[in-house]
Amino acid sequence: MATTGTRGGPVGHAQVCEDLVARMPGSSPRYVGAVAVCGAIVAWALFAWGYQIANGFGSTGLRRPVYWGLYIVNFVFWIGISHAGTLISAILRLTGAEWRRPVTRAAEAITVFCLMIGGLFPIIHISRPWIFYWILPYANERMLWPNFRSPLFWDLTAILTYLTGSVVYLYLPLIPDFAEMAERCTGARRRAYRWLSLGWRGSDRQWQALERAMKLMAIVILAIAVSVHSVVAYDFSMSLTPTWHNTIFPPYFVVGAIFSGIAALVVVMATLRRLMGLQEYLREVHFVNLGKLLLLMSLIWGYFTFSEHLTTWYGNLPMEMDVFQAREHGVYGALFWVMVTCNLAIPLLLLGVSKLRRISTTVVCGIAVLIGMWLERFLIVIPALSTPHLPSIWGGYAPSWIELSITAGTFAAMALLYLVFVKAVPIIAMWEYEGEATPR
Amino acid sequence: MPEGSTEAGTGTQRRTPQWGMAIDLDRCTGCEACVVACASENNVPTAGEDQAAKGRTKHWIRIDRYYEGDFPNIRVRHRPVLCQQCDEAPCEPVCPVNATYQNAEGLNVQIYNRCIGTRYCAINCPYTVRFFNWYPPEWAEPLGLQLNPDVSVRPAGVVEKCTFCVQRIKRAKLNATAEGREVGDGEIQPACVQSCPAEAMVFGDLSDPSSRVARLANSRRAQRLLEELGTKPRVFYLERAD
Repeated sequence: MATTGTRGGPVGHAQVCEDLVARMPGSSPRYVGAVAVCGAIVAWALFAWGYQIANGFGSTGLRRPVYWGLYIVNFVFWIGISHAGTLISAILRLTGAEWRRPVTRAAEAITVFCLMIGGLFPIIHISRPWIFYWILPYANERMLWPNFRSPLFWDLTAILTYLTGSVVYLYLPLIPDFAEMAERCTGARRRAYRWLSLGWRGSDRQWQALERAMKLMAIVILAIAVSVHSVVAYDFSMSLTPTWHNTIFPPYFVVGAIFSGIAALVVVMATLRRLMGLQEYLREVHFVNLGKLLLLMSLIWGYFTFSEHLTTWYGNLPMEMDVFQAREHGVYGALFWVMVTCNLAIPLLLLGVSKLRRISTTVVCGIAVLIGMWLERFLIVIPALSTPHLPSIWGGYAPSWIELSITAGTFAAMALLYLVFVKAVPIIAMWEYEGEATPR
Repeated sequence: MPEGSTEAGTGTQRRTPQWGMAIDLDRCTGCEACVVACASENNVPTAGEDQAAKGRTKHWIRIDRYYEGDFPNIRVRHRPVLCQQCDEAPCEPVCPVNATYQNAEGLNVQIYNRCIGTRYCAINCPYTVRFFNWYPPEWAEPLGLQLNPDVSVRPAGVVEKCTFCVQRIKRAKLNATAEGREVGDGEIQPACVQSCPAEAMVFGDLSDPSSRVARLANSRRAQRLLEELGTKPRVFYLERAD
C-alpha cells in the first residue's frame, strides 16, 4: 500500500509548507469560473427562498397531510454529513491513527459547512422565518419562553452547540498554520493571518496547551455529535406518526449520519486531490482505509434497516403496515430498492472484494452512498406523512421548483464554501508534517 | 372525565365547564351542512379550484366517508371529523413556541400570532385536523362580504383549527353573567351542531353529569376516535354496535 512511499515528494517541514502553499488556488480563470457558477446557483436558491417568503408557502409543493417535505429531508441529510469531521477527526485523533493527518482538516471543514447549511433549513422550513428567533432559549418581548418540551427546541439547541463546538474544533489545529501563513504573506493578508493566529509563537507551552485543547475538544465533540443526531431523530420518534414512533431511530440516525459523512469525505477528498494535485498527500492508503470504514458502516446501516423493516412487518400493526406498503411498492418502492442498492449492494461489492478496493471504486461508493442516504431520509419523511392514521386524508407529495432550487443551492453552497476555504488556508494541516510528505 | 375545578376569588363557587361533544353516527346522513356552517361561522377561506386539486382545502370539520361491503350491498359510513380537543393532545408539547395549549375549559386553543409555522403540530395530530394557511385568506365572491366579526381572520403561514366555536362559548358566558345565572345545558351551540338537520351533534359540559352530552358520552354506544393512542379526545362518537 505504501509502495508510493518516497518518490520525489516534498521532504521536510519547510518543503511541505512550500508545496502546500503553492497548491492553494490563485485567481485562475478556472477557479473564478467555479466560484461564479456556484455563486449563481446559490443566488438562484436565495431568490427561490425570497419568492417563497414573499408569495406564501403555497408556492412549495407541500400539502395536507405532507406538511414536511424536502426541507426536512435536506436538513437531516446535511446534519448527517456533518458527522464526517467528527468521526474521522475525533475518533482517529483519540485512537492515534497516524494515517489521518492529511484527512482531518478536510473533514472538519465539512462538519462546519454542513452545519451552516443544514442549520439554515429549520429557518427555511418555517413559514414565518422573520420570527424564527422565538425558538431561541430567551424570553421574547411578551416574556414568553420557548416550549422546552418541544423536540424542535432541543434540535435548535443541539445544532447551535454542535456548530459552536465544531468551529472551535476546526479552528484549534488551524492556529499554527495561520502563523505559518503569516510568515509567507505580506501586507493586509499578513496582518489578517497574524490576527487569526492569536499570537502563536510555537513555544513548548503553546504546543502543549494546543494539544491538550484539541484532545479535550475531540472528546467533547464526539459526545455532542452523537447527541445531535439522536436529537434530530427525536424530531421523528417523539411523534405519533406510524413508523416514526420508533426506538431504533436515534442510533439508526447516528449510524446513517456517520455513514453518509464518510461518503462525503471520500468524495470531497477525491475532488481536492484531482483539482489541487494532492496526489502526494491523499494517497491510496487513505481512500482504502476510509473505504473499509465505509464498508463497516454500510454493514451496520444494513443491519439497522433490516431490523427496522423486519419488526414493522412482523408486528403487522395496520397503521404501520400502510406506511410499509407505501414504502415498498410503487414509486417509493423503486426508490427504496435504489437506496438498498446504493447503500448496501454497491459498497459490499466494490469495497468488500479486496481486489476491487482502490481510489476509483471508493469514490464510486461514496457517491452511491450519498445518493442512497439522501433517499433514505426522503423515504423516512415522505411516505410516513402521506399515509397518516385516518385513510380519508392520504395524499402524495411532489416538490415544486422552489424546493428543488433550494436543494440544488445547498450543494452549490457547500462547493462555494469549500472553494473559499481552500483559497484561504492550506487544506492539509502543514504543522502535522515534521518529516516527509508521505508519512506511513 | 376531567373533574370540574373551581374558580377562586369570585365569591360564589363556580364550576369551570369542561366542553365536549357527542356525535351520533347512526343519525349522520353525511349532508355536510356542518361543513358549510363551520366555514361561514369561522371565516374559513375558500381555496379555489387549483389549490383544492393540490390538497390545500381547509375544512375545520369534514365528513370522512368509508364504504363497507361489495357492490351492490354497500353501506356508506359517514364520520364528521373535527378537532377532538384531546386532553392528552399530541399537538401541544411539540410546538416550540407555545402557540397551542389546552385552556382551563378543555379547549385546545391556537394562538395565531405566536405561530411561526413549523407545522409540527399538524403532522403530529393523528386526526389531521390542523390546517396550514398556504396563502393569505381569500374568499370566492361574494363570500368575503359575510365575514363573521367575532372571529379573527388568520394570516398566511399560521396553523388553524376547530375552536368548538369559542366565540359562541364566550358570548353565552357573557350573557349568562350579565343575567346573573349559569350557562344552561344546550345554550351553546357551535355552528356545526346548530346546523345539523339530523340533530346528530350535541355540545355541552362534560363535567356536569346531568348534561345531555355527558349522558351520551357515558352511553354504551359511545366510543372515541383512535382512542388507543391515548389522546383522550373530548369528541364522543355514538354508534350502534354491530
